[in-house]
Parts: sequence; structure tokens; C-alpha cells
Amino acid sequence: MKTKTSAAKLTLKQTLSLLKSGELSLNELYQDVDEAVEISNKKLNIYLTLADDARKRADKALKDKTPWLGVPIAVKDNICTKDLRTTASSTVLENFVPQFDATVSKRLKEAGGVVYGKTNLDAWAHGSSTETSQFGRTLNPRNPEHLPGGSSGGSAAAVAADMCIAAIGTETAGSIRQPAAWCGVVGLKPTYGRVSRFGIAAMASSTDSPGPLTKTTEDATIVLYHLSGRDPLEATTGQQEVPDFTKALEKGVKGLRVGYLYHDIEGLEKVNPYIEAALRVLEDMGAEVESAKAMDPHHAISVYTIVQRGEVSSNLARYDGIRYGHGRDMFGDEAKRRIMLGTYTLSKGYADQYYNTAQKVRTLFRKDFQRLFERYDILVSATSPGYAKKVGATEGSAMFGELEDMLLEPSSITGLPGISIPCYRDPNTNLFLGMNIVAPMWREDLVIQTAHAYEMHTEWNSWRNNK
Amino acid sequence: MKNTHDYRLICGMEIHAELKTKSKMFCGCKNDPFHAPAPNTYTCPVCLGMPGGTPVANKTAVDWTIKLGLALGCKINLFSKFDRKNYFYPDLPKGYQISQYDIPFCVDGVVQTSEGPVRIRRIHLEEDTGKLLHTTVAGEKVTLIDFNRSGVPLIEIVTEPDIRTPSQAKEYGRKLRQIIRYLDIADADMEQGGMRLEANISLAPAKADELPKYKVEVKNINSFRFVEQAITYEMKRHAEILSGGGTPEQETRGWNPNTGKTFSQRAKEEAEDYRYFPDPDLPPIRLKKQALQRLKAELPELPDMIVSRWHTTYQVEPRFGELLNTTREQASWIDEIFLAAAKEGISANSLASAIVNRKIKTQVGDKPKDVLATYYAAFATEKIDASELDRAIEKVFAANPDAVAKYKAGDQKVIGFFIGQVIREIGRKADANEVRQALIAALK
Repeated sequence: MKTKTSAAKLTLKQTLSLLKSGELSLNELYQDVDEAVEISNKKLNIYLTLADDARKRADKALKDKTPWLGVPIAVKDNICTKDLRTTASSTVLENFVPQFDATVSKRLKEAGGVVYGKTNLDAWAHGSSTETSQFGRTLNPRNPEHLPGGSSGGSAAAVAADMCIAAIGTETAGSIRQPAAWCGVVGLKPTYGRVSRFGIAAMASSTDSPGPLTKTTEDATIVLYHLSGRDPLEATTGQQEVPDFTKALEKGVKGLRVGYLYHDIEGLEKVNPYIEAALRVLEDMGAEVESAKAMDPHHAISVYTIVQRGEVSSNLARYDGIRYGHGRDMFGDEAKRRIMLGTYTLSKGYADQYYNTAQKVRTLFRKDFQRLFERYDILVSATSPGYAKKVGATEGSAMFGELEDMLLEPSSITGLPGISIPCYRDPNTNLFLGMNIVAPMWREDLVIQTAHAYEMHTEWNSWRNNK
Repeated sequence: MKNTHDYRLICGMEIHAELKTKSKMFCGCKNDPFHAPAPNTYTCPVCLGMPGGTPVANKTAVDWTIKLGLALGCKINLFSKFDRKNYFYPDLPKGYQISQYDIPFCVDGVVQTSEGPVRIRRIHLEEDTGKLLHTTVAGEKVTLIDFNRSGVPLIEIVTEPDIRTPSQAKEYGRKLRQIIRYLDIADADMEQGGMRLEANISLAPAKADELPKYKVEVKNINSFRFVEQAITYEMKRHAEILSGGGTPEQETRGWNPNTGKTFSQRAKEEAEDYRYFPDPDLPPIRLKKQALQRLKAELPELPDMIVSRWHTTYQVEPRFGELLNTTREQASWIDEIFLAAAKEGISANSLASAIVNRKIKTQVGDKPKDVLATYYAAFATEKIDASELDRAIEKVFAANPDAVAKYKAGDQKVIGFFIGQVIREIGRKADANEVRQALIAALK
């Protein structure tokens, strides 16, 4: 089968199968991806840096019969890539070329994936729009008057724009799932500790979780498998065995107990009907759906804001102007705000009032989820309160991201795995809504199982539609 | 000076020692900063503070810290954790030091000194910093940074303010170092900075119970003798200020061994705010009771135990015993010699005295039979008949009534004089120890 459409539009699964059978050559694949980048990257500002040795590496990966056969992967620019500039979208690291690979980069390369380029993000991953990037915002490929979300906005956009076959992002509180929802792609945030943070510019170390942004749930499953597992270089990675997640794909949702969360939160009136339609689909397939009452996610904003700022103020201290060529005056406003707030909340006399209290509330959230998971296998909510916002929406709104990510923050601060999959497309704007599916710790299989079943029975995944 | 006796010393010490684990505290880099072929050889993304360099705790370093705690009779916290101590300094690449704040591995121990016990408040584990080098490159004054030492495991041992004299401070430091060396967990080399001393000094009125309201910290002292000198110097300085109605400034001072004086480094008006918080990169450490048992079982015989064993088994005076077990190696060598001496009926105490006072030349590792032969050659004594000995003693006493009176008034030192006189009187190689025993009996 010679694809009439661009090979760049293929899913990872399709690409691998065509490369394997020889029906697709790396030349065709790279030509099409290169073409997509050439046409739109300047306008959309998705890639900050392109690897000039990608093609060469792809050949080697194919020749070595690696699992991924040299497919081009987009990597968020806060993930260190050996010999390839890594900036975290901050001018502080404008000229930083790492001498080492993050574990994620290393595992990606070992699987035969090729780092095609480094994608834009909110500087230091601080934000939910890419508007805090010091190299300019990224535009949403689905509708360039709108933002892609963030902080992994560049990676989500690279997938949506077919500028890669799959992408890697990082999430601290919504940074994978929210841009996935806004760009109409799949974003999977693994359990905290499932994927190593080694070599990723730390934002909030206690919540940072790298994970895939892909065209389909199946693709996310393939990527996740290769990134996961204990890393001797990273002490918070779990000892848990990495299961073959693909086994979960065909399980279906029959008998699955689903709790529907956060529908009574103010501001969700517009998205609720679409989430409820999605839940009916699950119900039709045999799931048992029930409305569930959880702790108010507004508290999660407070917890997250305090813990994250505290950790940020410490994590960014290493960029002290001595070793990276640029001083701290190069930090953007958002980073400066977070450093100041975090320094304050960790200060003597205030730590008890803020940081320590936040940690206690975090434990309450953990207990609340434990309670919920006694009754439900998975929990479902909207990913974001609405569609992708217009360009410039964050101006003058320092808490923009926190409000955007409110529905995701409870699961982020508790380390739970979650996925966002497209569950509606507005035909007028071409913008998407996402459904967020959350499972207990280490149970990515449950979110995969549910997301895949839904995806196969609905029309909202644009790649599934194409096939 | 004139007023020192009106005050009593209140002093606590903080001692840092670099553990000699194979690798660094939180990464796999070689831990050998003093023998690195060039600056910045033993470095990696973790100890250089690169983006995403995540720490993994060195288990051996944790075990060794706990071993020291057990050796000092500390309570061990079965739940412990690492915290970030946030501050800026160019030798600290991450902008924070990984240390332990409120739950150190070890608390509440003690080190015995001849001037009384020094209680240990805590022992915690942290990482060392890099090293700054102020130099000139191409005519320009610059500061270079060597990160070979960055991330080397460092233990900090903090005492209660139990030290009462400068000499006790010195003795405490020596004893601690000896124990550390016995455990074989650190070289504790002072000159290279493998062990660093810090004394917190204040004076309280001799007669009142109240505690002083100030504290002066003297930092980075690199010998036990200097600690003694620095404390002595500070005591005089404080006494002068206090007797003049003032209060010494709360500050950090350095020690200049060339002038023999301390000097002001920085004022400490308020406690610094390090914004401690649990390091989210490192899961808390939970120790099992069995693991503690195992570490306890691995403890070697410690210096104090050896001294008392020598005393009970061989009747060796502790003052000699203490000087003969400065290292584990030396102690086991001495053990062999004492055993050989006992077989030959030689007094271990006389032998110990001869070695300590360098009456015979020996070095660690000499074969016991060679040592005994040397001892014989130097001290072959003739058995003196008891009545001959008594006669000689009587003669000496008769000739020196003043000395006898002195002794009876409590001056024990006179005994040495008597021993010499008696041996001379006998005119042959009498065993000094036997003479001493006879003299003591006669003087009763």
C-alpha cells in the first residue's frame, strides 16, 4: 500500500508495520516529516532545535532491527539530549549543549527512536500555554489563532501537526494531558516513578512525570513501555515490573466501575455534556458509571502552588550564572515570580504555615483517592474546563495554568497515572475537548484499556478517522 | 588573662569528616579528591549540578554513619531522610547542599574523656562542596572551581556544650578521630581537610548557673593543637570583654596559626535561613532492626575496650594502653607482643612503658620475638634480693628526709627521684617497676 496521504500522518503502530514490511522507506517517511516541518514550523514555532543527524541515526536504527526502526520522535526541550542543545525554553540555557542523555532520551534511542527535534514549552515548564517560553509561543496546529496548551505544548503540537510520529513530554500538573486535550492528541501521564526524571530539568521534583504524547492510545502504550522502569540513576523510580501494556488494549470496559468526577465544579457547564456523552459510550460498552464525590480540586491548586513553587525555588538555584553562560537576570517573569513565591513559602516561620501544611493536605488527597478507588476502578473527568484559549490569553493572569489544570492537579500531586484522549471536536473551530481518565498507582493498564476501547468506538481521534 | 578564673568555659564542637567510600555520596563518581590527577576529573551531571542530575544515596555511607553512631552509643533513627539546605556559594553547584535537618541518623551519644564525658547531640550525613582556587591566570586574578570534592560523603558530629577546658576539646577531637579510624570509615586527615574542626565558644560566670547569651564560632581549624590554642585565646578575649562590662559579639571567626590569634570573619546577627525542606529526589530511609543488628555485629573492638582489656588481662596501665592503640593496626600488633611477653613471663606493663617512652626502638609490624629481644637487651635486669632492696631504700630515705616529707605531703612525683637514687645505690640493673612497688610499700 503506497499511502496517498503523507507518511507523516501515520501512527507509530502503522509506521512500524509499514517500515517492517518494506512498504514504507525511511526516505519517504523523513521526506514527509521534513516537509511538514518546512511548511509550518516557522509559523507554528513548534521545534526550537532540529537534530541534523536524525536521518543518519534512523538508518542505523533500521539496520540494527531496533523495535522502533528509526522513527522520528519529538522531544520536549527540558529533556537533556546528548550533543543537542537543550534550553528548557529559557534564554538562561540558550547555549547549553548537554554532554549526556536523560534516561528518557537514552531509552528512546535504545528502542530505535530518533530524536528528531526539541519542542517548545513554557520556560522551565512553568505554564499551560507555551506563552512563557522565552523563544516565543507555539500556535495550535488545529487552529493557529489558539494556543496549544502547555507546558508540553510544542510536543502536543508536533503530534497534531504531523511533524513527528510520536512525542515525549513531561507533566507536573497537567503539562501532558492539558496540551493533549487542546491539540486533539493523546497524552499519557504515567504513575510518578514509572519513568525516570534523570536528565530532565527539574520543575517540581515530587510530581514531575515524563510520558508520551501520541496520535493514538495504542501508540502511547508502545512509547510508555520503552520509557518505563527502574532507573539506578533516579532514586524515586519504582521497583515495579513494567507490564506489557499492549495486553490491556483489547480488554474492553465491560464491568469496569467508573466514577465521574468534578461535574459539579463551577465553570464546567459547557464541557460536561460532552464528557457525559463519552461516559454513555463507556456505559454502552458495559461499564458501570456512577457520579462520584471527591475532595474539592480547588484545594489541589493551593497544595500544588505551594509545593511546586517551593521546589522550583530550590531546583532553579543551580542556574547561578557561573556555569551556563547566562546569569539569573535572564530568567523570565514567570520563573522569577515562582522563585520568589517558593522562597517565601519555605522561609523560616512560614514553612509550617505553607509548605508543611500543603504536604498534609496532599496526604488528604491521597486518602481521598484511596477511598474512591475502593469503589471505582477508574475515575473520569474533563481534562480542561474548555477548548484551547486564544493567543494572548495568559497575559496578566499569573494563575492561568493553575486554573486551567485544576481538574488534573489532584491526580498529579498524588502521583496517579492518567490519560487525556480527544472526546469531541468543534466543527466550527476545529478545536478539541479531552477526557481525563485516572487510575490507581501503577495501573496505567486501566487507563489504556478504557481509552483504547473508547477511541475504537468513537470518531474523535483524527488519526483513527483517517485510516 | 587576669580574669579567666572568674568564668567557666561553655564549649561545644562540630566536626566534619569525609567518609572514604569508593564512590561519592549521591553519584557513581570516584571519591578520591586528594589524589585526583587533575581538577574536575571525578565529576558527572549529578555532582556538577547539571539539569536533571538526580541523586541516589550511597548505602555504604549510610551504613558507616550508623556504625559511628553505634560506636558512640547513639540512638539510631530507624526513619530518617535527606533535606535540602538552600544557600548560594560558588562551590555549591546545585545552590543547595543535600544534608539532614530534623531527623539525623544518630542522636544522643557520648565520648568519654579524662576530663569527663562529652555528650554527642547528633551525627548526620551530607555532601561536601567543591573547592575554590584563587589564582592568577594570564595576569588576571580569577577564582577557579574544582568539583572533584563536590558530593563527597561528609559526616558532621555535633556535641552538646559539655567541653570545659581547651585540653578537653583537644582530647575529645583526638578520641573521636581515633574511633573513626578504628571503624575504618574515614582517613580523617586534618591537613588535607578530610577532617575539619569547629568550636562554639562562650564564657559563663564561674559561680552563677546562668548560660551565656552569646556564642562565638571558630571555624575551619585543622589541628587539635590549634583547637586548644584557639579556645585558650578566645577565653582570654571573652574574659577581657566580659570583665569590662561588655558582651563578645556573636560571630564566626577564623584561626590564624601563624599569629596564634583568631580573627573576625562575619557577624551573625540573625540565624541564617537555609529554607530546609525534605529533598523530593530522595525517598526517606527506613532502617530495619535486623540491619542495625548486623551493623552492630560488624563493629570492631573499640579503643576504650582495648585499653580496659589490656588492663585486666595484662595489668597494663591505661595511660600506656591509650598511647599504644592509636590505630587498629598498632593495637593488634601490640596484642601479639603482649601475648608473647606473657608467655615469657615479662611484665607487659614494663614493656609497654619501654615502648611508649621510646626506651626501645620499635615500629608497628616488628616481629614480637624481635621486640622482646630488644627489650631484653635494653632492660635485662637482675633479680635484687628483697632485703638488699630494703636496705637501699632505707639508706636513700635517710639521706633525703625533705623528699620523704614532700611525698607524704602529697607530692607523688618524688617517687621518680627515689627510684633513680635506689637503683644507683644498688649499683646494678634493678627492675624499676619492682623498685617502684617496694618504694610505695615502704612509704605507706
